[in-house]
Amino acid sequence: MTDNLSREEFLRRSFAIGALIAVPGLAAEVARAGGLKIPPGVDPKRLKKTLRFSNWPLYIDYDKKHHRYPSLELFTKQYGVKVDYHEDINQNETFFGKYQAQFRRKQSIGRDLIVMTDNSRFPALMVQQGWLEKIDKSVIPNIKNLLPALANPAWDPHREHSLPWQSGMTGIGYNAKYTKPVTSVDQLLFDRKLKGKVTLLDSIGDTLPVVVLSNGDDPGKIDDAAFNRALKKIEKAKKAGQIRKFTGNDYISMFPTGDVWAGLVWSGDMPQITPSTPRAKWLIPKSGGTIWTDNMLIPPGGDSYTASVYMNFYYQPKIAALVEEAIYYVCPVKGAGAEIKKIDPAAARSRLIFPTKEMLKKIYVVDPKALFNPDFQVKWQSMLGA
Amino acid sequence: MGFIHRHRWLTPYLLLVPGLAWLAVFFVIPLGFLAHQSLEVQNPIDFSYAFRWAWHNYSDALSTYEPQLLRSFEYAAIATALALVISYPLAYWIAFRGGRWKNVLLLFIIGPFFVTYLIRTLAWETILSDNGFVVSTLKSIGILGPSDRLLATSTAVVAGITYNFLPFMALPLYVSLEQIDPRLIEAAKDLYSSSARAFLKVTLPLSLPGIFAGTLLTFIPASGDFINAQLLGTSDQYMIGNVIQSRFLELTDYPTAAALSFILMAIILLILPIYTRALGTERLTGA
Repeated sequence: MTDNLSREEFLRRSFAIGALIAVPGLAAEVARAGGLKIPPGVDPKRLKKTLRFSNWPLYIDYDKKHHRYPSLELFTKQYGVKVDYHEDINQNETFFGKYQAQFRRKQSIGRDLIVMTDNSRFPALMVQQGWLEKIDKSVIPNIKNLLPALANPAWDPHREHSLPWQSGMTGIGYNAKYTKPVTSVDQLLFDRKLKGKVTLLDSIGDTLPVVVLSNGDDPGKIDDAAFNRALKKIEKAKKAGQIRKFTGNDYISMFPTGDVWAGLVWSGDMPQITPSTPRAKWLIPKSGGTIWTDNMLIPPGGDSYTASVYMNFYYQPKIAALVEEAIYYVCPVKGAGAEIKKIDPAAARSRLIFPTKEMLKKIYVVDPKALFNPDFQVKWQSMLGA
Repeated sequence: MGFIHRHRWLTPYLLLVPGLAWLAVFFVIPLGFLAHQSLEVQNPIDFSYAFRWAWHNYSDALSTYEPQLLRSFEYAAIATALALVISYPLAYWIAFRGGRWKNVLLLFIIGPFFVTYLIRTLAWETILSDNGFVVSTLKSIGILGPSDRLLATSTAVVAGITYNFLPFMALPLYVSLEQIDPRLIEAAKDLYSSSARAFLKVTLPLSLPGIFAGTLLTFIPASGDFINAQLLGTSDQYMIGNVIQSRFLELTDYPTAAALSFILMAIILLILPIYTRALGTERLTGA
């Protein structure tokens, strides 16, 4: 984590311009010349020359100095497959919106691998509608390293179309320079000392369940009454001027300037902004937070074989550790902990990468039905004002 | 060449072909698609669309998003007025006093445009930040209260729009002012007109085409803008552009977004002739 500052700065910019970062060439040529190490189960003839991969900004290990992605280079070295890596997913909604016409007609979107979150309705929808290519488990023996808790999600019970990339938690982030610890959702929404300095996340799957929890309702089964109670609470805080803004990941640029003191944020981001905001803290609210998982999916027309070989590569604890040490999200790969210890003992102790049992008791998974409820969607959107 | 010589009357039409083709392919045809889309109905389960002559999309969109529509035109009008008040003296000074520095001065106006729109707007985020010098200065002289802010308010949004569209106002103003024959103003003064009167009776009327062009070039894009409201405002400042953007990209509710786009276009087309008549520029522009 030596290049934190640059990473954060970079994030701010890439959000602003929706930067599209492609990794050309890499060391592919060198690797071809220097002999590959393709394991026996993989048929080199079936591998495509290039893996086209869309991911979220700063969601992979990145060597700022040399503008390289070390773990992707290792993949190229081993398999001779170049990775055309794009950091072009900023929001599940906009990414889906951009390509939904192609998804529906099962046309290629020019990608072999994309990453989308299960607290949005899209991964489930795409599986249901048969818009995704199946993953090729014959080349993913490392699937044995998948954490059991993540092995059977309701929307893809046998993981036939998806494998987790990272998990993360939604909780409260605050800047201790300006405020005492913000430990509950009610404090966040109604403590007058925070007036105008609070952000909430604009996606319903992030903010709604956390507020539902603060009302003592069950986020795993959100009925009309629970939804309305939560919505009313948010509207009340909004009306009182407590909430400065509903944001996507762009809150990350508002903490360092002191414009925002506290808000609902994702777990991995607070450690990433510590160079500019040394006293940025993250915690799970008293009433509980949520956990979500970003999933690798193969969009229509994507090359399932090559993408699956990459998934297998990523599911080696050593490689997962390389990624994790840089981004501080929750690792879905068993054994990555031991590997991180070898390269970065501080990261290995991080509760954000390896939540404690106590933490796990306080985090919940959001009700997928609520995400599909059109009535909730409409009301949520009109609360947001657009 | 023989063909062209024999059919000279064709030349102007042939010259029009590239422009018309461009308009047809990139404007008329997409507009047709958009019109078709605005009458579709969305299936909430799999997000597919079906054409149903759904005229209610228009009335629903109007009634749901009336506040954002009104706000768009309010912000655009204020920003246009501010841009006019700021640009007029600027353009006037450059046109009449700029001398040989005219081009350099004009370059200063266009200068910021070498930086992309988004970055310029993001710069305002920093300038207006709660801990920035603008807010602290305004607080120390008592214009802002201790708990007031600029960023994430309507003031910031209108300021952002004004700033971003200023050259669209300043340049047409400059062009029309620059064309005024200074001897006309001298003549007015020779006939015992005061400077103020000469300005009102000679300069201002002669610069009306510039005012007309400038205000339209500012007002029309400003009323459809969404970047300023998104970056400098909050959802309470969202304009109709934000709604269209989120309907199109976030909710994939294409019919409503398409209907709103047409409503926005229709309102602007309605405003246009009224404004032209009010300003009395038909004569001046020959329109």
